[in-house]
Amino acid sequence: MIHAAPAILLLPLVGFAVLTFSGRRLGDPAAGWLATAAVAGSFVASVLVFAALVGHDSAHRSVEQVYYRWIPVGGFQVNVGVLLDPLSITMALFVTGVSTLIHLYSISYMKADPQFRKFFVYLNLFVFSMLALVLSNNFLFTFLGWEGVGTCSYLLIAFWFDRDTAASAGKKAFIVNRIGDFGFVIALFLIFSRTGTLDYRGVFSHLGGVSGGWATAVALLLLAGAVGKSAQLPLWVWLPDAMEGPTPVSALIHAATMVTAGVFLMTRASPILHLTPVSLTIIAALGAVTALVAATVACAQDDIKRVLAYSTISQLGYMFLGVGATAYGAATFHMVSHAFFKALLFLAAGSVIHALNNEQDMKRMGGLAKVLPVTAGTFAVAWLAISGIPPFCGFWSKDAILGAAYGKSPILWAIGVVTVLLTAYYMTRLMVLTFTGQARWETARPGGSPTPGHSAERPAGETQGGHGDHAGEPHEGPWIMTVPLIVLAGLSVVGGLLDLPFLNLEFLDHWLDPVVGHQTNLAYQSAGLKVGLLLATLVVALSGIALARGLWWRNWRRPELEPALLANNYYADDFYSRVFTSGGGAMSRFLAAAVDNRVIDGTVNGVAALARGGGTVLRRAQTGYVRNYALGIAAGTVVILGFMLSRAGS
Amino acid sequence: MIAAIGGFVVPHIEYTAILPELILLGVAIIVMTVASLSSRPFPAGLWAGVTAAAGAASLGAAWYMSNQVNSRGPHTTIAGAIAVDGYSEFFLVVLSIAVILGALVADNFLRREGLDGPEFYVLAMVSAAGAMFMSVANDLIVVFLGLETLSIALYVLAGYNARRRESHEAALKYFVLGSFSSAIFLYGVALTYGATGSTNLARIGAFLAGNVLVSNGVLLGGLALLIVGLGFKVAAVPFHSWSPDVYQGSPTPVTGYMAAAAKAAGFAGLLRVLFSAFGLMRADWQPIITVLAAVTLVVGAVLAVVQTDIKRLLAYSSINHAGFVLVGLAAASAAGLSGSLFYLLVYTFMVIGSFGVVTLVGRTGDARHRLDDYRGLARERPIVAAVFALLLLAQAGVPFTTGFLGKFYVIAAAVDARSYPLAILAILSAVVGAFYYLRVVLLMYSDPLPAAGRAEGVALPPGTALVLVLASLFTVAFGLVPGPIVDFAHRATLLF
Repeated sequence: MIHAAPAILLLPLVGFAVLTFSGRRLGDPAAGWLATAAVAGSFVASVLVFAALVGHDSAHRSVEQVYYRWIPVGGFQVNVGVLLDPLSITMALFVTGVSTLIHLYSISYMKADPQFRKFFVYLNLFVFSMLALVLSNNFLFTFLGWEGVGTCSYLLIAFWFDRDTAASAGKKAFIVNRIGDFGFVIALFLIFSRTGTLDYRGVFSHLGGVSGGWATAVALLLLAGAVGKSAQLPLWVWLPDAMEGPTPVSALIHAATMVTAGVFLMTRASPILHLTPVSLTIIAALGAVTALVAATVACAQDDIKRVLAYSTISQLGYMFLGVGATAYGAATFHMVSHAFFKALLFLAAGSVIHALNNEQDMKRMGGLAKVLPVTAGTFAVAWLAISGIPPFCGFWSKDAILGAAYGKSPILWAIGVVTVLLTAYYMTRLMVLTFTGQARWETARPGGSPTPGHSAERPAGETQGGHGDHAGEPHEGPWIMTVPLIVLAGLSVVGGLLDLPFLNLEFLDHWLDPVVGHQTNLAYQSAGLKVGLLLATLVVALSGIALARGLWWRNWRRPELEPALLANNYYADDFYSRVFTSGGGAMSRFLAAAVDNRVIDGTVNGVAALARGGGTVLRRAQTGYVRNYALGIAAGTVVILGFMLSRAGS
Repeated sequence: MIAAIGGFVVPHIEYTAILPELILLGVAIIVMTVASLSSRPFPAGLWAGVTAAAGAASLGAAWYMSNQVNSRGPHTTIAGAIAVDGYSEFFLVVLSIAVILGALVADNFLRREGLDGPEFYVLAMVSAAGAMFMSVANDLIVVFLGLETLSIALYVLAGYNARRRESHEAALKYFVLGSFSSAIFLYGVALTYGATGSTNLARIGAFLAGNVLVSNGVLLGGLALLIVGLGFKVAAVPFHSWSPDVYQGSPTPVTGYMAAAAKAAGFAGLLRVLFSAFGLMRADWQPIITVLAAVTLVVGAVLAVVQTDIKRLLAYSSINHAGFVLVGLAAASAAGLSGSLFYLLVYTFMVIGSFGVVTLVGRTGDARHRLDDYRGLARERPIVAAVFALLLLAQAGVPFTTGFLGKFYVIAAAVDARSYPLAILAILSAVVGAFYYLRVVLLMYSDPLPAAGRAEGVALPPGTALVLVLASLFTVAFGLVPGPIVDFAHRATLLF
């Protein structure tokens, strides 16, 4: 069944093509169902390939399928194909699985939107690009997929482009990502110049005898790309703004899948990382600091989606910490479990936003547990999972990383534990403010008038009255919105079974071993230490929950706990806009005037003008008279004859 | 029956070796006879269908022989005058494709202009047979016969639209200048014969290998004149001056067919002469071809920029394409040769497809060929505009199309041959090319002129639609998976 591999990629691509060309004929709900079916089919194909790989013994769980060779000359050839191994198929499974649920949810969520079909066109294109990224057998096509998901992310953040904030958020995401991608491209050149290929297998088999400097350069440049895509310090500023996109997009792209591409890239490149311990330390430190900083900011946000956005950055920081501690299995484990609970958190938040007519400010929520029981129940599962309470999956995956971090350096572990406290705190705060206490949404918005808030989700029903039908009491969405919530909640409960740190149950670690080679994990620590670490983080998480409950229960006005410094993300955006936007603006004005206008435009216009001028002169020869033409031919003949005869006989 | 009359020995004739030519000539004669014997009108599209079928049959025959050559190796036949090798079969395939596509484009055009009749197709088949003889020729006399058969039929085709003055003018110009160049070619044949004692290409090659000429002026002069004669056919600068006028004046489907078939035949002859007969004199002809390539690239690209008529623009663009083919030729290597062949095959699809669109947009009267007539085409005919955009982008050399790969292979060959200036010039001319191709694409996707009275819409008849589908499919599919075509072109150069 390994031959099902092309279907994984092709189905979303076909969905994209069909929707692009005949989406109009399909009509609105049908287009969404088709897109969902395409991704669901891709999931089934992934399961088949997964089953086939399980059937191989662990040393041979790596199958390369080359579909065609493009430009097979000049020493450079691109083998377009897929590398099916435990890592790529794990990614493909959770990407297609979560995508299917989110596609399903979107059919209802985007119901009244006039651009309904376009939304699914982009979503299917996104899924295809993401799968190309993870399944590719070479760096080049991973990079193309990388750019593809970036483009889709940009298109979907700015999906409601008539809103200025959405349009500029899209641009911001795109530009910030370019900075990282620049590093990625240079890394590709370095890899090719040293190994003569970009195929993963080829590159990794040419690593014998490379210099440490080369490995460090490549690792750090790839890290630059990963930092941009996964919104780590210092390139994290785009992700909170990306919440301008529709909520299913935030769930799919900016929480579950695309932002984890950086972690995937690091894991894929682990043979290079192993050659350069200093890069590993940098990655671990960067991840730990990002996790802490983003978690502090999340504590002071009012917008429900921005809390979740900073939380995502923080959790991605954990994954980088895991990679830096060479715990690739743990990082991947956390990536998967994070996909489950964070997608759930976003979808549930979307359900809340949907029910409250596009309200996103938690200060105007409260008491929703009574009216949205399914949403509140599933949200609670995700809340416990992300806070690190057993037996939910977040507990196991986070502790796997923290255990590995302890092995690397107790300082990194300590930072991680403080982040656990903060995570439990801000998630409990969110939970309390949103679902308990008094209902503030009626008092805050008498008469259900449109929200003036800058970050409010666009009233999708505004033009067609789609939301007008439940202007009164908020209620749950239809089954296609609640089923994904319930499924994800189930996965968040049992997801820990993937990789339990005792009794030799760390399936995911063993599964990934052939891909990443040597790795560390909590499971490999001594039993006493292991239990000690687990208990310590559990106590910390429970304290965080207790603290938040004590502070916020029935008391939603606490400005002293929301310092402006944190609410404004340490003024990082202001800083960037002052230094880079203004400074960059000045520099680009200079460059535009001095370099671009004169040198570059000058060259381009010069060539064009030369061509035009030359053409104008030359066309005079084109008189239309046969005698002139014949003369031209004769003159040419004389010149050639003259040249030939000059070479003649000695 | 007649074994020998007065010392003339009738050679053994291997008919399968010239089967494609025989099919086309035979069908042409049958069509003409049947059409003149019957007074009843024939069903619309019959002759086009018959011609396309004949083209398909000759394609099949050429393909069959190509496989034969692959398994049994090349040989010469009919007293050594005809070469049966990978190279001739390659051109037979290209020319058969040109006949099929040309007939399909012409079908609706002829009815639209009230010119329908068998003559057009007969002339097309005869000219294709001439072109094929040029490609399989192993003797300068056969090259010349093929050249004349091709040319005379093309002169008539250029003047086929008797109601348009431009068509007459094109035919006359083409005829006068074509005769001029044929005479030069024939003089080249005579000098070569004088120097080597043979017109047979293989024997000339053997003679040059076995003898050192003390005084080689006659031979070199002959070679120079042969290059001029064939350079005229492929419209290499400075022998190109006829082509913009003729391309513009000829009926548009004829232009497309001519641009594909005459160019392929001219290059077939040129490559054969240079490599089979004068391969050892590479040092003498390589500089000439290099200079011709450079001048052709530059003049084609630069003059295309200032054109305001789509047919003249495509004429100069096809001069520029000839420059690219010459770049591969100038490399004088197996890689360059197979690059040139690849280029010619993919160019056939792109150019006939492009002129197919021009035929449609020209509308009744075949007169709307200003670039402004392309404004707003995307709104009126989105699919036609998309196909044209694709074919133009492919000609510009955009990646993932065959056009890109064609340019890539010849430039790579030039780099391998260390002729860096030529490679750089080729790349620069491709940059200029992108400018004029994109100009047309932008026009198609801009708003139409407000005042333009749009009495007649752009129709899309089935024959042309089929050509457009084939051309764009070929261009994209083999741009993505070039392997089969590359192999085909490569094999053609191996079995020489």
